[in-house]
Parts: sequence; C-alpha cells; structure tokens
Amino acid sequence: MITWSALLKRFISDPVAIIAGFVLLLLILMAAFAPLIAPQNPYDLMQIDVMDSDMPPSWKPGGDPRFWLGTDSQGRGVLSTIMYGTGISLLIGIGAVIVQGVLGITLGLIAGYKGGWIDSFLMRLADIQMSLSTLMIAIIVLALFQAAFDPSVYAEYAIFMLIFIIGIAEWPKFARTVRASVLGEKNKEYVDAARVIGLPARKVMWGHILPNAMTPVLVISTIQVAEAIMTEAALSFLGLGMPVNKPSLGSLIRSGFEYIFSGSWWITFYPALVLIALILALNLLGDWLRDVMNPKLRRGDE
Amino acid sequence: MHIIAFLLRRAVQAVIVMFVISLIGFSIQDNLGDPLRELVGQSVSEAERDLMREDMGLNDPFLSQYARFLGHAVQGDLGNSYFFKRPAIAVIMDKFPATFELVLGSVLIFLTVSIPAGIYCAIHRNSWLTRFIMSASILGISVPVFLTAIFMVWIFGVELGWLPAYGRGATYELPWGWDTGFLTLDGLKHLILPCVTLSSIMLPLFIRLIRAEMMEAMGTDYVRFARAKGLSTTRVRYVHAFRNTLLPVVTVGGLMIGTLIAYTILTETVFQWPGMGFLFLEAVNRVDTPLIIAYIIVVGLIFVIVNTMVDFIYTLINPMVKLPGAKA
Amino acid sequence: MALLEVTDLHVAFPRGKHHEVEALRGVSLSLKKGERLGIVGESGAGKSMLAFAILNLIAEPGRVSQGAIRFDGQNLLEMSEHDIRGIRGNRISMIFQDPMVTLNPVLTIGTQMVETLKAHRKISTHEARRLSIEKLKLVAIPSAESRLDAYPHELSGGLRQRVVIAIALLTDPEIIIADEPTTALDVTIQAEIMALILQLCRDRDMALILITHDLGVVAEVTERLMIMYAGLCVEEGPTQRIINAPTHPYSNGLLKALPQNSERGQDLYQIPGSMPPITALPSGCAYHPRCEFATERCHVSAPDLVNGIACFHPLKADAKAPA
Repeated sequence: MITWSALLKRFISDPVAIIAGFVLLLLILMAAFAPLIAPQNPYDLMQIDVMDSDMPPSWKPGGDPRFWLGTDSQGRGVLSTIMYGTGISLLIGIGAVIVQGVLGITLGLIAGYKGGWIDSFLMRLADIQMSLSTLMIAIIVLALFQAAFDPSVYAEYAIFMLIFIIGIAEWPKFARTVRASVLGEKNKEYVDAARVIGLPARKVMWGHILPNAMTPVLVISTIQVAEAIMTEAALSFLGLGMPVNKPSLGSLIRSGFEYIFSGSWWITFYPALVLIALILALNLLGDWLRDVMNPKLRRGDE
Repeated sequence: MHIIAFLLRRAVQAVIVMFVISLIGFSIQDNLGDPLRELVGQSVSEAERDLMREDMGLNDPFLSQYARFLGHAVQGDLGNSYFFKRPAIAVIMDKFPATFELVLGSVLIFLTVSIPAGIYCAIHRNSWLTRFIMSASILGISVPVFLTAIFMVWIFGVELGWLPAYGRGATYELPWGWDTGFLTLDGLKHLILPCVTLSSIMLPLFIRLIRAEMMEAMGTDYVRFARAKGLSTTRVRYVHAFRNTLLPVVTVGGLMIGTLIAYTILTETVFQWPGMGFLFLEAVNRVDTPLIIAYIIVVGLIFVIVNTMVDFIYTLINPMVKLPGAKA
Repeated sequence: MALLEVTDLHVAFPRGKHHEVEALRGVSLSLKKGERLGIVGESGAGKSMLAFAILNLIAEPGRVSQGAIRFDGQNLLEMSEHDIRGIRGNRISMIFQDPMVTLNPVLTIGTQMVETLKAHRKISTHEARRLSIEKLKLVAIPSAESRLDAYPHELSGGLRQRVVIAIALLTDPEIIIADEPTTALDVTIQAEIMALILQLCRDRDMALILITHDLGVVAEVTERLMIMYAGLCVEEGPTQRIINAPTHPYSNGLLKALPQNSERGQDLYQIPGSMPPITALPSGCAYHPRCEFATERCHVSAPDLVNGIACFHPLKADAKAPA
C-alpha cells in the first residue's frame, strides 16, 4: 500500500499523469456544469433555429461567432452538444462501473472466501462471459430490446439499459481481481482472529478482507470506466445506445457521420476528439495508478 | 487416438452451447414479432386468425413448438427472412465470404505487424522507436474502432481520395460460389481500409502482449542457458524465447474472438461492407426476426468452431498439456 | 600456464542516470587444466555474477567495467560476440542451479542437445543424435534413446539435472562452471549428482569451477577454494588448509556455522547481521560491521588480498575453526 501523500508526490513528479488528470478534471467540470456554461441548450427547441444549420467552426469562412465549433444539421451548436453529451457518456461509464463493482466485488468475495464448487462455478461462468465479449453481448441484447419495444419506450430506458448491460457483462474483471486478493488475505492472522472472535462470514469478508483488496479494485476501476465509455460509444454509434434526442458522444458521432461526405466534418470530428481525449486520459491515469500501486510490475523501467 | 477423444469431447461441449443458443433463438422467435402478421396482413378477422394459429401449431405447448423449431434448425431451416422473402440462413451465408475476408485480411495484417513490432520492442527496450511504438499503442487502445474507421473514410476516402471507402468493389466468384475480393485489384483496394481499421484495434493489444511475454522469456534461465550453450543470437531469440510467447498469445487470441466479431459489426457499418454484421443491423432496424435469429445462431456456431480450433492449436504447441481425455 | 586467468574483474550496474554500483569489485582467480576450484559465499556475494562474467553473459544493463579474462591465452573481454560464442558451451560449459527452469519447456531434450552440437561442430543431425545418446548414457540416464524425444516436464528434477550435465559435456569442454548444481534438488539426489560431476571431471581431466554455499561439498570435491564476500575475494588457498585453519574471520564464521561444528545440544552458530546489498556497502572492509575482530582501521580502509587473505586481523594459522 502507499500513503496518500506519497501518491500525491508521485503524481506531481509525473508530467503525463498531471496532463491526463487535468484533461479529465476539465472534461468532468465541463460536463457537470454544462447547463450553466454551455452557450445554448441544444435540446430546448426554443433555442435552436434550423436557419443556423450546418455552419462551420467560427474561424472558418461562413462561421458564426455564436457557434465556436460550428453547428449540426438541425442548427444545434456542436460545442453545446459536446458539453451535454460528455455528461451522458461519463454518467453511463461511471454508472456501469458501479454496477460492475458491486456485482464483481460481491461475487469475487464469495468465490474467494467460500471456495469449493461455488468458486469453480463462478469462475467458469466468468471465463465464458469474458470470452463472449461485452460488446457482443450488449449488441445482441440491445438489438433484441430495440426490436421488441416501441422506439419511445426504448429512448426512455436506454440509459438504464446501457448501465446495466455494460455493468453486468463486465463483472468478471472485478470478481477475479477481488478473488485473487481474498485468496491472498484469507489465511492471514487478522482474518483468523476475526473468525475466532465469532464474527459472521459476511462481516469478515466485507469488514476485514475487502479493505485490504481495495488497491487493485481502484486501479481497474479507472481503466474500466474508459472501457465502459468506449463500449457505450460503440453501441450508440450503431444506433443501439442513446437516442438522438438525448445523445452521448457516441450518438453525436453517429448523427454527424453521414455529413462527412458533404464536407461537414466538424459535426463528427469534435465529439470524436473529446471522446478520444476522455478515454486516453482515463487509460493513462489507470496505467499510472497501476505502476504506482504495484511496484512489482515496474520491472525493467529502472 | 488423442485427437479423436479431444474432438469428441469438444463436440459434446459444442452441442451443449448450440442447444443454449437455440433456446435463446427460439424464445426470441416466440416473443418477437407475429409470424401471422407477416403472412396475412391486417385484413383477416380475429376468428380466422385463431384458426390459422391453431393450424400452424402456434397454440401448441412450448416444448413441442421448441422441438419443431429445433427439428427445422438442424436441417438449416430457420424460416424465411421477412424482408428478403428467402431462407434466413441462405441470406446470412451469402454475406459470410465478405465478413470472412475482412477478418482474414485484418488478421494477416495484425500478425505481420504485431509479431515483429512486439519482438523489436522487447529486444530494444530503450530505443526511440520502442518508446514511439509504446506511446502510440496506448493511443491506439484509446481510439474506438468506429472512430478509426471514420477517420480512415474521411482522410483516405473523402479528403485524399486515394482508396475506395465503401463496399467490396469488384469480386470474383470462385467455383463453389464464394465471392472473393482477394483476386481482383479493385477488390483488394476495397479491402485495405476496412482491414487496416479492424486490425488497428487488435494491434496495440498484441504488441504489448508479445513485448511483455518476450521480455519475460528473455529473462528466464532457459534462455540464459541457451546463450551459455553458445547458440547464435537468432536461435536464442526466435527458437528459445519466441516459441514460449506463442502460448499466451494463442490464449489471448482465443479470448478476443467475441470482441473481433463485435468489431466487424462496427467496421462493416462504417464502410458499408456487405457482410453479416451490416446485414444484422439492417435486420434489427427492420425487426426481421428470422434473420436476427439466424445471425445469432451462425455467430454462435463460428464462435464454437473457432474456440475449438484455438484450444486444439494450444494443445499442439504446448507439450505440457496433454489433449484432454487422452492418457498422460 | 593457467588455463583460465581472471584479473581484477569489475562488474557494474547503472543506478539512476549517472551512477553505477559494482557487483564485483576486483576479483582475480586462476585455474589450471583439470583443477577443481570452489567458490563459496552467502547469496549476493557475487559468485554467480563471476560465473556469468567469465562467459560474458552478464544480463543488461550490467557490464564488465574493468579487468581481463584470459582463456588459453586470449582475452575473452576483447573477443567479438561471434568468437566468444565459439567458446561458450564448447570449451567452457555451464551447469545451472535449478534444472526445473534451465531446460526450455517447449523443446524436446533431443532438440536442445542437437542444437548445441550443431552450433559448434559441422555435423549431421543423425550423428548429433548419436553423440547425444552417448552422453546421456554417460550421465547414467536410463533408456537414453527414448529420452531424446521427451519434453523436460516428463523427467524428474534429478534426471533433468543429469540432462543439463550431459548437455554441458556434449562438446568435451575444458572447463565446467557449475553454479550451485544441487541446491534445487532433493537431498537424496544431491550427493549422486555431485559424485557424478566429480567423477566426470576426474575421468576427463576437466577443470571445474564449483559455486556453492555448502562448505561440506567443497571439501569433498575441490582442491582450491575461494571465499567471496560483497563482490570481493576475502580468502583464497588450498581447500583443506582453509577448511582446517581459516584465516579470515568470515571464513571462520562460515565454518563455525556448519551444523557438524556445533556441539550437540548447543544452539547453531550464526554470523551476526547479514551481508549488505551492493547499493549500501559500509566504509572500509565490507565485513567490519559483522566482524568480532574489527578495529578503527577496518572502518576506514579496506584490506587488499595479500597472500590469499584480505584482512588486517587474520586469525593465527594454527587456530582451529571449531570453537
């Protein structure tokens, strides 16, 4: 384990980590305060005007200073849609990882602590689910969901569906990590001590074993948020994710894609740039965290 | 008789998996879309409909309906596509060569790039090229495959106009009815962008994996012993170290099959590639239930077959694993 | 003339961007044809480093920073990588510590033997296999012919070490360097393997460098002995003389720590403290923090190796090791 002050020290001495952290913070703040700072509310029909449609970024000929990054085919400012869309992407990413975490940590604790057939069964299930790939599972489930329900019903529940599907499909990653830590901690003295004084299994697991398994959980959480955002974006791009009237970054890219051929590249390009920046910042921070938290893996760097 | 025992065992597993997939397929058919509506339209009265339902066995118990579905399915009959008015399986199989060639092309690209790159990065740990490849690989991991596809279309297809950005172009029909794009210049040109895109997502993962495994192998005692025996550097690197990185690479490769199939859907969508994934999304939009089921079953079958092949290769290259079921 | 002559060998590893630490700090040794030399010391003393340095096999980023290694008149440190490969595994062979990890798990025993012969001789595969079987028989491996197509994991640890020895013998080398060849084996097999190595060296007039921390083994097998501590040789001389009458306090401590030198019912002797890592060597004589005879002088300056001993306060030659 590493203390918070040591962590901060390592952070300050690593320029890559600082830049990644800064970009991530900026994007989160931008998304959180979108309703206050966005130039317009792109989903308020009173604020948009079809006359403004298809404008290039403001510094290009034909651009308009009101729309710094240009407008889409319905006259919505690209900058404003990005601000709102980033929030939805982040919400789904973090929400899905919370579901993954709760499910994965619970099942991982049970598998590691109980062992036996429960353990073999859960790990076999995890293997199968991992090899099926989250994206494939999500595509099929969402495709059926979309085929079965009315588009308006679908639009309403899409955000929950995405959070739960990505959450459920990715539990094995947390479960394996936690299980590995539990197996390492299980036979240590403090766990025996807790058992001897008669604490029930549930309390031993959550109160005594889990806190010691939190470091790897923290590391994979960061990378998992990046993965979840990427999966959500792919699903939305296929038209199986967030609907056009409540778009995430992926749906923005989808709606802009067809206009690339007519030259309106900015509708796709800027949301794509933000999406890449978001995922890259999370991946870099995740890599950095893993290096700091687990010095064993840093062999060969020195 | 190791191989026969192994194949039998895998065949049993495959049957179980396909059984589960068929159950899913059937419950989709049962709950999604009304075959009657597709057949007769709105003009028929409710009483007549009930009669027809009875006739078609739609009121039979679940199990007998499922048995009938299964009976047809094993004969390759999954019903007619609502949209194409042709057997769904035939519609899917028409698109199989396009997807297969897309995957084949990208697997060829990423193997020929990732193996040398991974080995290079493991051997020259601190060279500027290694640093560049490793930095580029984290960027590569962070760019979703559909964005790579869009950038490819935009830059090489629209802005520069160097390469065709949609469709398969001219194909050549092989005697057994397989349309190939590998044998015409136009077909090859059309393959470049989609194949590069699809391989781009696997590339960083495999470069990192091969580098890590190769570095580990280079530090082992058996590689040191090989050097102490006076073997040439080439033999130490490629016969002793690299042979040992193949096992984890094959394992991870096997785990990536599902992801690869999912990525073909994304790639085909952007490039309007007339393959199974593109067809599947169209089927979803048209609520073409038989086609959706056919896709799921065909993909399930491919998944099972490829997984068996990967397991088989693994046992071939790993002397420590006897084929399961064989005597040690 | 000595067959192998190592003079003032230094091996350095980079530490940080501009600094280096030394794992070997000026070691010399000489080995005559057919002579058996033991190198003894605690883990981390630099014994294995010395063995690998002789074959120029120091793992990156380490390097030989100073010194000379003369083998049969040529300085190995000045040879090209290509030329030194002609000596490695051919005229000087090595036996590694742990046979479970020395052989490549994905290649058959035959492949690993044939490739060694082919690297050094112009020879057909058929002939190479025949020679391999011959050597496998020499190290007393039962049904040698069928073992050629076996994978390492199909053999026991003892058999694997015999295979490693057979590989080392393939080219009839002049020197064998054995780096703790029995530590990873079962106690019952250790004596067998050691006896095999000794017999082979005697029969074929091969020189042996035996690296170990087991003084008992050294007494049985070797003629000369070198005691290493913290990257330096602290005492060197005929094995029997050192075993009977060590002059360096460290050699004395090692001997006192042998179980057979403790009286029944008494606690085993242990040298106080532990060997410092090469990154944090003390001033003066590296052994002084653990030495009962250390004086002010030992804190300040390090003794040179003179007449086989590097100590300001050597024990009297007649002092018996067992207390």
